Amino acid sequence: MERFSTFMDLVGLANNGQCLLSEVIINYEVQKSRTNRESVWQQMDQCLTVMIKAVEKGKDSQEKSVSGMVGGDAKQFGDYAKAKGLLGSVTQKAIQYALAVSEVNALMGRIVASPTAGSCGILPGALLAASEALSVPREKIVAGLFTAAGVGLIINEHASLAGAAGGCQAECGAASAMAAAAVVEMAGGTPDQAGQAMALALKNMLGLVCDPVAGLVEVPCVKRNAFGAVQALVAAELALAGIKSVIPPDEVIAASYEIGCLMPPSLRETSDAGLAKTPTGQEIEAKLFGENK
Amino acid sequence: MKGVFDIIGPIMIGPSSSHTAGATRLGKIARAILGEEPSQVMVRLHGSFAKTGRGHGTDKAIAAGLLGFSSDDERIPAALTLASAAGMKIEFTRRDFANVHPNTAVIEMVGKSGRKASVMGSSIGGGSIVVTQINGYQVELTGEYATLITIHEDRPGVVALVTQVLAQEKINVAFMRVSRQERGAEALMILESDEPISHQAYDIVANIPAVKVAMLVLPC
Repeated sequence: MERFSTFMDLVGLANNGQCLLSEVIINYEVQKSRTNRESVWQQMDQCLTVMIKAVEKGKDSQEKSVSGMVGGDAKQFGDYAKAKGLLGSVTQKAIQYALAVSEVNALMGRIVASPTAGSCGILPGALLAASEALSVPREKIVAGLFTAAGVGLIINEHASLAGAAGGCQAECGAASAMAAAAVVEMAGGTPDQAGQAMALALKNMLGLVCDPVAGLVEVPCVKRNAFGAVQALVAAELALAGIKSVIPPDEVIAASYEIGCLMPPSLRETSDAGLAKTPTGQEIEAKLFGENK
Repeated sequence: MKGVFDIIGPIMIGPSSSHTAGATRLGKIARAILGEEPSQVMVRLHGSFAKTGRGHGTDKAIAAGLLGFSSDDERIPAALTLASAAGMKIEFTRRDFANVHPNTAVIEMVGKSGRKASVMGSSIGGGSIVVTQINGYQVELTGEYATLITIHEDRPGVVALVTQVLAQEKINVAFMRVSRQERGAEALMILESDEPISHQAYDIVANIPAVKVAMLVLPC
């Protein structure tokens, strides 16, 4: 069985086998699930289909969530970006797609938790925007999702993927790091560069708290997915340019774990501090759930 | 280490893996434990389920599960309407159960034929669930395996009769738990298996005279 615990192990396996990170992860999953390559591939391909459908659904929707806090921003941004904007079209698409998927999630549509529902827009946002810019075939995106999953496995092993345990750095931070590594592979970068991208993205999200208004996966989650997707592209481009993270990938993951442990529970998905307890946040919460308290 | 699809996945209806996807699975497993279509249901929501459940669609999700829908079914947002159209009466209330997981629900059901069952379960994160009580018995059931549950006479040999059936059907038991409320009365046994448990094996078990109730819960 392909055994790895750290990112260093993973890069070692890829370099020894002279293969991509995604190949190592596919082999790991085939052996773990005791199935075959085709069925594992099909399952990931199905995840990609769900992601693409969520983008399609969300980017034209003007519907609002039950709370009224989110919905319609992907369409609004898309309409704006058609005519103007400061950013290039790849970045704009990453923003629009990430918003679309996160809004579909908030509106009880079908998504892929990647790694969580609250961070489900980041991988589709970054990977689909990058795939259009790079003109890569569908197989490359599916392979990228395996690479992303590998990064997620390692973060889960040494830190956490739950906001309740590590704050948002564990959800949107992990998703952005996963997406950054995947985009590097899709763009033809090396396994080591994928690791650098992952480290750069995660470093920039260290310490990020989870303080959602009224306890819902809406504010700040939906818009943060757009930032997470763009950040993944920034990290991938830095790494593809050969720029390295001074702190190596595995040490960044260890730091995120330590920071998560030091984070007060009030900022770990309990909505007892931060944005949730701002005057506006409390007002919204009282309006939504006040009569039930 | 976990699997790839624990990280990329599950495919689910949003917005929350614990409050929506897990809640659907709780409803679905409750229906499977009842063993028939529920006609009257009382759902008691505890903790975070009670506090933020409505914004996360927890009520719709549990109703969807009771209708037999999976956690990626796009009919979940319409489940309350669909349930009442199907003649299923579901009532939701809030209740503090003290020392239980923050995302806990108790689902009390009366089935079409009058059969009754009460299920307490928690959504423990990422869409995973654990059923902690069935009809007052303490249990631990994840819904990830094919599961056979029996309520049977608490006397020597009954457990062996049941496991013998599984042995003959070449079904390997992965986890097994027996519990009871008082000695010599009624006991509850849970067998979780790696292989699918056939309806044929279930029928044989259900017809063992000492077995009062048998339930077959397929992975959900």
